[in-house]
Amino acid sequence: MPPLLPSAALQPQGDSVSEQSTHPAAGARIILKDITKVYPGQQAPAVESFSMDIAPGELIMFVGPSGCGKTTTMKMINRIIEPSSGSITIDGEDVLSLNPNELRRRIGYVIQQIGLFPHMTIAENIAIVPKLLGWSKKRTHDRVEELLAVVELDPKMFASRYPRQLSGGQQQRVGVARALAADPPVMLMDEPFGATDPITREKLQSEFLRLQEKLSKTIVFVTHDFDEAVRMGDRIAVLSERSQIEQFDTPANILANPANAYVSQFVGRGAALKRLGLIPVTQADLGPAVASRGILDVRVGDSLRNALDSLVLSGGSPVAVLGHDGRAVGSIDIERIAAALGGDVLPESLAGARP
Amino acid sequence: MSVQASRDLATAFGTASNRRGRYFSFKRLGTPVVIVLVLLALLGWLSSLTLDSIELRTLNWTYVGERTAEHLKLTVIASAIIALIAIPAGIILSRVNSKAVHVVVFSIANIGQSTPAIGLVILLAIMWETGFKVALIGLVAYSVLPVLRNTLVGLQQIDPSLTESARGMGMTPLQVLFRIELPLAVPVIIAGLRTALVFCVGVATVATFINAGGLGDMIVNGLKLQRWPVLITGAVVVSCIALAIDWLAGLAEDFIKPKGI
Repeated sequence: MPPLLPSAALQPQGDSVSEQSTHPAAGARIILKDITKVYPGQQAPAVESFSMDIAPGELIMFVGPSGCGKTTTMKMINRIIEPSSGSITIDGEDVLSLNPNELRRRIGYVIQQIGLFPHMTIAENIAIVPKLLGWSKKRTHDRVEELLAVVELDPKMFASRYPRQLSGGQQQRVGVARALAADPPVMLMDEPFGATDPITREKLQSEFLRLQEKLSKTIVFVTHDFDEAVRMGDRIAVLSERSQIEQFDTPANILANPANAYVSQFVGRGAALKRLGLIPVTQADLGPAVASRGILDVRVGDSLRNALDSLVLSGGSPVAVLGHDGRAVGSIDIERIAAALGGDVLPESLAGARP
Repeated sequence: MSVQASRDLATAFGTASNRRGRYFSFKRLGTPVVIVLVLLALLGWLSSLTLDSIELRTLNWTYVGERTAEHLKLTVIASAIIALIAIPAGIILSRVNSKAVHVVVFSIANIGQSTPAIGLVILLAIMWETGFKVALIGLVAYSVLPVLRNTLVGLQQIDPSLTESARGMGMTPLQVLFRIELPLAVPVIIAGLRTALVFCVGVATVATFINAGGLGDMIVNGLKLQRWPVLITGAVVVSCIALAIDWLAGLAEDFIKPKGI
């Protein structure tokens, strides 16, 4: 199992991902201001004065229970749902004054049901937006091949297949490739990995993080899975009813200092463990090197959570931390892990996690 | 990754079928063989009889050929008109959310179908005139419902996530209709057309009552003049046409149906 790491920066570089032939368009700044959505015939707004400033290249997670308006909020960015009031700008451009169809061609869109068109081949599915934009056949073809390689599907094998001939995980990769087709600066993702089994989901998550590291798109990612949010997000917005922002911060800060009872409840038990998953072992103050004990050893690329896992098996005695060359560079034990979390935050977050 | 890909591939391969093979399967050959055998049997039986002068007037290649041509003309033109009316109507209906409009349209289409065909055709002839045109109108009124209903159902059964992702990629509503919705609804729409065609072949036999020709002439004459060979020939040829048209429509369905679904 790959370690749960917070950001792509800590992941090993994927050398199987082919070099982009064109320079990908980096992300755009998205500013949402006082966005409100009231459905006709309904008293309470579905989304009430939602404001957020998203920096270029940020991966923002919207987390909240179902029905809290997180998907509605996201869908207002590409105007699948029209806001009742408020303003949205992408790189300073007023989204609400643009032609919605042209706007959507510049925003990648991935949904949980994937929505691959069953009567089109994989290549045709990916080529949809380039075709809408009037790209030449050659350019479209090259782009399709490139993207299939990027999502690690062999173009020769998959380009002419139909969606039903692919597994769920493969289909979702095609979904991502299709959203990336015209190299949009902004991506909207609505629980894209929600329908896949846990193993496939984890694989897709880490592949996607590796991809995002190269592409630096501005991404709004909706999920109800807090662990997914912690794993993937640069920042997490914890949302409650009417899409109210309860806390908007980095995963580490939300785990360490939940803003209120609602957030702590959402974080759930085991906040300290989740935080450990975000901290590389090298960030702890390592003790003197001890002898290597095979499978109990921790490597410098691992997280503190992996270290704790080894410590449970070792019965609490310090375990060796190995460097890239396989030689012990230090050791770690429970006290050092606790110290890395910061003694003053730990009791508070534990208290918060209790119902 | 290649390991993962090939493992996924193994699971995927199970569903990939050899589509070519289906057009020429044993099942496909069955219907034409039966039609040919039945017609040969009819021919054999007729040539073993000594026909009187009345029978000879109808049981010859020219007469039967002309009636068959009339019958096919009625059927094909009526079906084409049905397609031209019912498919666009079904599309428009699928864009209209009003339940009331749906109920009204389907009530009218239902009246057309539930009125006995012979009554409908004769009523129209009494109110207007006899002949080909009126027979055509009667046929269209009688057979429009399956195509209308199937067009609507075909469009409604499309997974909403498909149209949403099409919109989300920046397709205009017309592009969504022509590139996504209609291709996906094609199998259902064609099934409706196939039903309408077979209806038309059957109902076109009543065209004889308003002087619009067709194989109904042979059936009614055979009945009135008590010439069973004439009656049976008319009935058998109509049945064979219905079977043949259904078979052809089935072939067309498989060819037009988009691959991948």
